Amino acid sequence: MNGMTPIVKKVTQLIVGLIFLYGIYIITHGHLTPGGGFAGGAVVAGSFILLVLAYGSDILKLKKREEGSSVVESLGIFLFIVLAFAAIFIGTKVFFANYLPKGVIGELISAGVIPLYNIAVGIEVAAALFTIFLALVIYKEEVLK
Amino acid sequence: MEIILSIVIVFMILGAIYALYAKDLLSALIACGIVGYGLVICFLLLRAPDLAIVQIVVETITLVIMVAVVLNSTREELKEKAVVKVDGVSYVHQRYIVNVILVVVFALFLLYFFKESIYTLNHFGEHVTRMSTAYIESAAEQTGSANLVTGVLFDFRGYDTLGEATILFTAVIGILTILRAKAKK
Amino acid sequence: MIVYLLCFILFLVGLFGVLTKRNVIKIVIGLSIMEFSIFLFFALIGYIDEGLAPIIVQNISSTKFVDPLPQAMVLTAIVIGLATNSMLLAIAIRLYKKYNTFDIRKINSLKG
Repeated sequence: MNGMTPIVKKVTQLIVGLIFLYGIYIITHGHLTPGGGFAGGAVVAGSFILLVLAYGSDILKLKKREEGSSVVESLGIFLFIVLAFAAIFIGTKVFFANYLPKGVIGELISAGVIPLYNIAVGIEVAAALFTIFLALVIYKEEVLK
Repeated sequence: MEIILSIVIVFMILGAIYALYAKDLLSALIACGIVGYGLVICFLLLRAPDLAIVQIVVETITLVIMVAVVLNSTREELKEKAVVKVDGVSYVHQRYIVNVILVVVFALFLLYFFKESIYTLNHFGEHVTRMSTAYIESAAEQTGSANLVTGVLFDFRGYDTLGEATILFTAVIGILTILRAKAKK
Repeated sequence: MIVYLLCFILFLVGLFGVLTKRNVIKIVIGLSIMEFSIFLFFALIGYIDEGLAPIIVQNISSTKFVDPLPQAMVLTAIVIGLATNSMLLAIAIRLYKKYNTFDIRKINSLKG
């Protein structure tokens, strides 16, 4: 896939970092404001997709493979399951129990393991959506050309 | 409130009908986007900002993927004529009749159950929170999360989220398997 | 009650597309329209008049919140819908490569 015009490239260069940071913000503030792992992960994936669309598929040094994002996705779901299983061994010994201290409602460091779950789900969703997009791009480059 | 919502939903229905009857597949996808973004407005009106954020991002990504699929094809809707002429005599195509009968039967079947079940629902805006009362009253203390949706999603109903993550993972594996062009070395 | 009926009509439009259209992309569009109507129905059920979004803020003392349970369910369903849609589209693009058409009648008649 070829890149787009210099105007699109420059604008992308300026705003893609902000979009990525906004996704991170939505993920980490998921227990305080609207949003969470699903929304933030999708925004992060959207920033990567914008980068690939604007600059063409050569910018990420793809070399015709999608293993990287697939491995990150597996890591995300693995982190989620490890966090859930840790509840069996810590505290009340119930699957999916909230074993960390709750803290004060409304502060960033609060709500026990829920922010950690948010981060794990965010990694998983972002990597999954980006992998789907990448698989399509690589397929179109390899087969249709 | 109900009137504004009805107007938005009517626009969504018009967009959906156009999406099904558009000649060009690309314009059909754009019209499908009308339905998706109209849904975002409905979520905002219904006080569901979490859903609005997720839906607007997911709709955009779905549109990008759909356009990527359609763009390399001929993009033409293959027409099926309702009336066929053989030897000067025109008659309605058999498949068309079967389609119409099938749709009418399905619609009547679903309409019957809709009519039966609509009486058991509360009127719009007068929802009674039976089980959710416990969630609303105690979710903040029990989970420590100010956002009640996140509290329900990751604490009370963690299994839902685990199943969702598993389905997403499985779907990605399936897509990688389907779209792999050559065997791995 | 009119919004429930309109939501049901939206579902029927999607069902009509799935049952009558012969184009794979149109079938995917019909399926996603059906999904949208279901999401909308869940959000409509949970709405309460003059209710607030279910987020606790210190300054507001009112406890009249919109039902958070349907919203949590729809949140997972949206992402699952994206996954299944992408899977259908992957199958569609693969079929287009093999048969050079999106028309399922021709795909049926060729038999492998």
